[in-house]
Parts: sequence; structure tokens; C-alpha cells
Amino acid sequence: MTLVPLIDAKSITMRFGGVTAVRNVNFTLAESELRCLIGPNGAGKSTFFKILTGQLHPTEGRVAFRGTDTTRAEPHEIARLGVGIKTQVPNVFDGLTVFDNVLVAAQRKRTGPTARKIVEEVLERVRLTGIASRLVGQLAHGQRQWVEIATVLSQEPDLILLDEPAAGMNNEEVRRTAELIKEINKTQAVIVVEHDMAFIRMIAKTVTVFAQGAVLVEGNVDAVLSDQRVRDVYLGRTAA
Amino acid sequence: MEISGLIAFNIVTGIATLVLITIGLAVIYGMMRIINLAHGEFMMLGAYTAATAVEHGVNIWIALLILPPIVVALIGLVLERCVIRFLYGRMIDTMLATWGISLGLVGLITSIFGNVIHSVPTPVGGFNIGGYGASGYSLVLVAASVIALGGLYLLMRRTDFGLILRATMQNPRMAASLGIHPPTVFMSTFALGAGLAGFAGGLLSPISGVSPSMGAAYVARAFITVLGGGPAVIMGTGLASGLFGLINEIVSFLSTPVLGEVALLVAAIVLIRNLPNGITGRFFRSSL
Amino acid sequence: MTLPISPRLISFLVVTALGLAALLIMPMFLDSFSLLQATLFVAVAILALSQAFLWGYAGILSFGQAAFFGIGGYTYAVGVINFGDSTGAIALSMVIPAAVAALLGYFMFYGRISDAYVGVITLTVTTILYELSNSTSGDQYRIGSAQLGGFNGMPGLAPFNLPGQPDQWLDEKGTWYVAMGALLLIYILLRGLLSTWFGRVVVAIRENETRAMLVGYDVRFYKLVAFSISGGIAGLGGCIYAAWGGFVNPSVFALSMSAQAIVSVLVGGIGTLVGAIAGAVIIQALINLSGTQSIIDPSLGIGIILVVFVILVPQGLLPSISALVSKLKPKPAPQRLGHETQEVKP
Repeated sequence: MTLVPLIDAKSITMRFGGVTAVRNVNFTLAESELRCLIGPNGAGKSTFFKILTGQLHPTEGRVAFRGTDTTRAEPHEIARLGVGIKTQVPNVFDGLTVFDNVLVAAQRKRTGPTARKIVEEVLERVRLTGIASRLVGQLAHGQRQWVEIATVLSQEPDLILLDEPAAGMNNEEVRRTAELIKEINKTQAVIVVEHDMAFIRMIAKTVTVFAQGAVLVEGNVDAVLSDQRVRDVYLGRTAA
Repeated sequence: MEISGLIAFNIVTGIATLVLITIGLAVIYGMMRIINLAHGEFMMLGAYTAATAVEHGVNIWIALLILPPIVVALIGLVLERCVIRFLYGRMIDTMLATWGISLGLVGLITSIFGNVIHSVPTPVGGFNIGGYGASGYSLVLVAASVIALGGLYLLMRRTDFGLILRATMQNPRMAASLGIHPPTVFMSTFALGAGLAGFAGGLLSPISGVSPSMGAAYVARAFITVLGGGPAVIMGTGLASGLFGLINEIVSFLSTPVLGEVALLVAAIVLIRNLPNGITGRFFRSSL
Repeated sequence: MTLPISPRLISFLVVTALGLAALLIMPMFLDSFSLLQATLFVAVAILALSQAFLWGYAGILSFGQAAFFGIGGYTYAVGVINFGDSTGAIALSMVIPAAVAALLGYFMFYGRISDAYVGVITLTVTTILYELSNSTSGDQYRIGSAQLGGFNGMPGLAPFNLPGQPDQWLDEKGTWYVAMGALLLIYILLRGLLSTWFGRVVVAIRENETRAMLVGYDVRFYKLVAFSISGGIAGLGGCIYAAWGGFVNPSVFALSMSAQAIVSVLVGGIGTLVGAIAGAVIIQALINLSGTQSIIDPSLGIGIILVVFVILVPQGLLPSISALVSKLKPKPAPQRLGHETQEVKP
């Protein structure tokens, strides 16, 4: 049993002017765990996600990655600690080829031929080898998401944060993405923020439900999804 | 005692001048997010309007106060229709295009009037603060800056036109679905900003010499004050002009006018560095 | 299997060959006066290159490359007067602007200022330098034995001399070799830099700063380095400009100098290096031409060109020409890539 959790977030609160987007959230993640963050729109999932990535700094509270305090860290520092990040809107290098997209990421840790080899392996893994020399800006939405996942994978992170990885994909692509995530989770911890319930059911084991900026309930996916409070929150029966 | 009165007077004048220089640019940037690098040249056109009118015997007050904003507003209208409207949303491209316009206007005026300095007489004499002479025209500038800010406030807050303006700037498509024609609003706003710049140029013409390249001296100062002021057009311009004008005058008094200018620019850079969205990006956010 | 030689490598070799040819052949065809005029073209071309690298590749639009151009010019002037030898002055005219750029860059990029603000701040800094240099008339304004001279500037500067031999001044031919050689060298070094991992990161940052950051790159640092390199290059341009004219004055800090660099890159095509050189030559030629006629004012002419290009040809000449050419060429048969059979159909 590892004593230091992979992620340990305590009392996280995020205020924007008069709006409290995240209130007093406690969150831990173990090594190699797969966790899904779900909840209705505006529940604070994406804000909490951005706090984990360093894109936002919490108004209150503390975040640690394997014991290292990352509360005020810059995103590039958190990335260097071994965290891979895939954002809600795909952030890829549109003007570069698929290969170069992944190469830029891989070469941060490896040099020359080793980096290129890693790129080839990762492209095989996400099955993008065939379009390696296409410009990413010309790809379909689903393919761009996979390119982004590929850039994340090429740095061999210990934790991968995915914000809506199945957004805008058709059923076949969703299925493939779920397979990919399960395969990744064999060696790496993953946090997935998602709306798509079908997708959640494909991959989830433990689920954290956000509502109105706080954690409503957390636990095994089947138990959580049959919890009446969760259904109320999704169907809008609970007052905002 | 007298000297502090003189300093205070100079500070107020300096702030008023900065308000006048900035307000036209603030309208165009604040409402349309367009970086108009031809702003200085709009002022120059206002100055030339005043100078030409005076040379043709027009009453000095009409030449200084009435004609420049009208003429330059019309020119702004034409430029918006011919150039600017193709570039909405492309911030860098509008910067470049307005720079081209600025170069073009300098060239055009040089071709017409030659590269000489015209002068415009000051219509108001001096008066005394204690034992020191002060320019009565400064009072005109102070009054004009107050009228400009106040008038703009009334326009924005109290008139239908102002409401339409504000609504369209916030959400053009929504405004369109309400029956407002956004292109007309953009055109009017640009003309308003140009007119305000012309107003400033005309007013300042007795003080600065009137030459084709006089605009260059104003662009940097106006820009940096707009950015320092932040998104609220009137409040931002007022606050930033107040702060930077104060710094400018104090440093000028303690050393040289050039260093005063430099101090203004440096102070503004430092402020923007710390408040990237300007003063009203952090404080007084819901003001106009 | 991709081609062994990429189109980029081919164009690089072609441009380098042409540059080398120009370096060696021009003195055979041009008289001293024309060669001297050509050196001016080289100076503004180097300035344009600095802008092209920073804007087209690093994605940073600076409105104040004139600041570093001017600092380079003034540094050369002060250096050559104080040292009596141009060698150290030339070196300093790159180092000092680069250092100033690093300082300003640190202030801007580590302050997370957005792209448009970079434009305005660089414009403001240039204005500050212009006003400051204009106010340095008077004996007390001197660096060492070099008087700054206010709006008159510093006339009577010694031309380049052979390294180590201060009295062996270079004539027009020698100056041309130095200047054109510098341009060629900078072109080669920039191309080389852009093909390394560093260049790839800089371009990636331009493409998507967020992604570059999330991948672990400190984008502030890379922007700072790119800005600094660009400042040093502009400074060298200013040094050559000062040696070309034998004088330097506050006009090197004029906004029109920055404008010239930007227009040159725009005309030649953002995203190319050779385009900037071509654009600089075209614009300077237009300036020279319009100065000799009285039909149209130079500023008016350039202004119109700028507006027309922004509206009609935003990508610039070179990309537009190459796009036009590729439309006219018959399309080649689709290439068979080895991995294609593995491609998953969407």
C-alpha cells in the first residue's frame, strides 16, 4: 500500500468574484486508479479539473501530487511532475503534422532517435500511424482528440487527466476511446471528466459526483448511479 | 502656496489633455476592440481642419470646437466603410490596416499642405496664479475634457442611441435579432471615436504645432492610457488619465518634460504588467 | 517512406546558393555607388529577418523592432568612436540589443501579457527611445568619448575596418562582403535553429501555447529567448545601417522603421524567411523610388500598399504565389504510404 496518494486535494475552494464555483472539495486518488468525475453542467467539474492541471489556482485549499505541493504551480511544472493533460476543447498544434504533434511532446523528455521511436509506438497504440503525416488542423474532431491523447501518452505520465475525451465522437469512436482508456489504466492512473453516461458505464469503477461546486457522493459506479440524490441532481429536482 | 497652486493647475491641465487625447481611442477600442493606430492622424486631421478654417476667416471657436469633430467623424465614417469593416474580428489585421491608414494620411496631408508647421492662434489670454503666469486656454482644455467625458456618459446612459451602442457591442447577433443593424452601429461608433479624436486635435492645435507628423507623439500615450484604463470606457479613461497625468506632471516639474513623458510611459507599462486588464479590469468593473 | 530530401531542404539550398552568388557576383556588376546602395538593402533585410523570425515562427508581433535596430546602430557608433576599431563595436551591436530584449522580454512574457499588448508595449518602448535620444543634445550626454548628439545624432562614423587593423578601412566592396555575408550567415543560422528541437518548440508555442504549456514547456522562457535572438539580429541590422551611412540619429527609432519591417514581412509572406528578404528589398526599392519622384508621397504609397495587402493578400506575396503555382500545376497521383492499410475509416 502506498502511503502517499497520487493526488491529495484538501478543502479546495474556487471563487470568481461573487461566484463560488468549487466549495470545500476533498479529493484523493491512488496510484493506477481510474476515477470518473461526473455531474451536471456548472457543477464545478471542469473548474476542479483546471485546478488539478494548474490552469487555475484555488482561492483556498491545497493540492499535492505524490506529496509535492502543486497548489500554486504553473501547468508546465505540473506536467513535468508526470501529469498528462487533455483539455475539453482539443488543444493540438493545428499547423503541424500528427507526427510532429506527438514529437514535440516526446522530445521534452527524450532526445532524437529515442523520441521518434516513442512517437511511432504511441501512434501505433492509438492507431493513428496511417495519418501520421497529415496536418492536424485538417483532421476530423474525433481524430484530433486522439492526437491529443497521443501527445499526452508520449511523455509516459503517471497520471492522465482527460476532460471529456469522448465529446463529439460517434459510437464507434467512443467505444475505441473507452478501450484505449482501459488499456492506459493498466499502467497509469486516469481521471476522466465526462457527461456521456454510456461512456462512463463502459470504463468506470469509482465515480465522484459533483453538484453545485461540491462533491455530492463518491463510490462504486453502480451504487452511485442508482443513488436517488444523483438522479435528482441530473434531472434538476434539487434547487440550484 | 502659489507654487503648489501652479503645480495643481498644471496637473489638472495635464490630466485634461490626456483625457482628450485618449477618449476617442477608448471609444473605438473599448467598444469595438479595434486597435486604431491611425488615432494620432485623426487628431492631426482635426488640427488641420482648425488651422485651415482659421486661415479662411472662420470664427476661432467654431474652428476649434465645432468643425474638427464633424470633419474627422465624416472621414472616420468613410474609412470604416472602405477599410475597417472588412477586418472585424481580426485584431492584428486591423492594427496593420490602421497603421497603413496612418501612414497614408500623413502622406496625403504632406502632399496637400507640405511638410511645414502651421500655427493656430490661442483665443484666450493668460492669467495669474499668485506671481506665476498661467494660460487661460488651459481652462478651456479642462472644461472640454469634462464636457467630453460627461457628454459621452450622457450619450451612453441616457439616450436610445447609447443603449443601442452598448447592446450591440456586447452581443451583435442578439441586437440584430432585435432589429438593430450592427454594421450601422459599428460605423457610428467608429465615427464617434474619430470625431472625438478630431475634437482633441482641434483643441490642442493652438498648443502643439500643426504638422503632418504631429500625430505620432500622441499614439503611444493614448494607447497606453486606454490599456491602463481597462474595459470601462469613461471610468477607465478618467482614472488612467488621472494617474498617468499626475505622474507625468510631477516628474516633468521635478526634472524635464521629456522625462515626464518617459515616466508616464514607464508607469503605464508597469501598471499593465500588474493589472493586465487595466484599472477597470479589476476595480469599478461594472461602470461605464 | 518519405522522400529523402524534403522541399524545405531544397529551398534552403537554393536560397543559400543564390545568396552566395549575389555575395560574390554583385561587386562585379555594380559600381561603388550602387554597391553602397545595395548595402542599405541588406541592412533593412536583416531587420526584416528579425521581424520574420519573431512574427512568422515564434508568433510574436512586435511593433518595436526599430528599438533594437536603433540600439544596435547607436551601440556601433559609441563603440567605434570609443574603441577606434569596428570589430568590438560590431559584436556589441548584437549583444547589447539582445540583452535589452531579454530584459524587456522577461518583463513582458513573465508577466503573462497577451499578444496584442506585446505590440503596444514594444511600440511604446520604441517611442520612449525616440524621445530620449532626441533629448540628448548637449555636452553632458556622452558615453565615453562619444557624444550622443540629440536630434542631430552622431555623424562621421568610421566604416568597418579589418579586424585588428583600425586604419585599414573597408571600401564599398569590403563593406558589401561583410554585410551580405552577415545576412547570409543569419539566414543559415536561423534555418538551422528552426530545424532543431528548439525551433520545433518555438513553432509549437506559436501554434498552440496552451498545449505547449500542458506538455511541459515553460513557454515564457522560449518566447524570451526568441525575442532576445530577434533583438540581436535587428541590432546587427542597425550596426550595418550605421556603417552604411556613416551616421546614426534618432530616426532609427522612428515608428516608420518598425513599420517598414512589418510591411516587408507582410508583403513577402509571414512564415517564410526568404520572403522577408524579398519584401524588404521591394519595400526599400519603393521607398527609394518614391523619394525620387514627386507624384506620390512615400508615406502615402506605403500606407496604401499596406492596406491593400492586409485586405486582399493577407498571407503575403510568397505564399500567395506558391499557392497560385500549385493550383496551376497538374495534381500528382496520390502517394502510397506504407502504413495506409492500417488506417481506420471514420
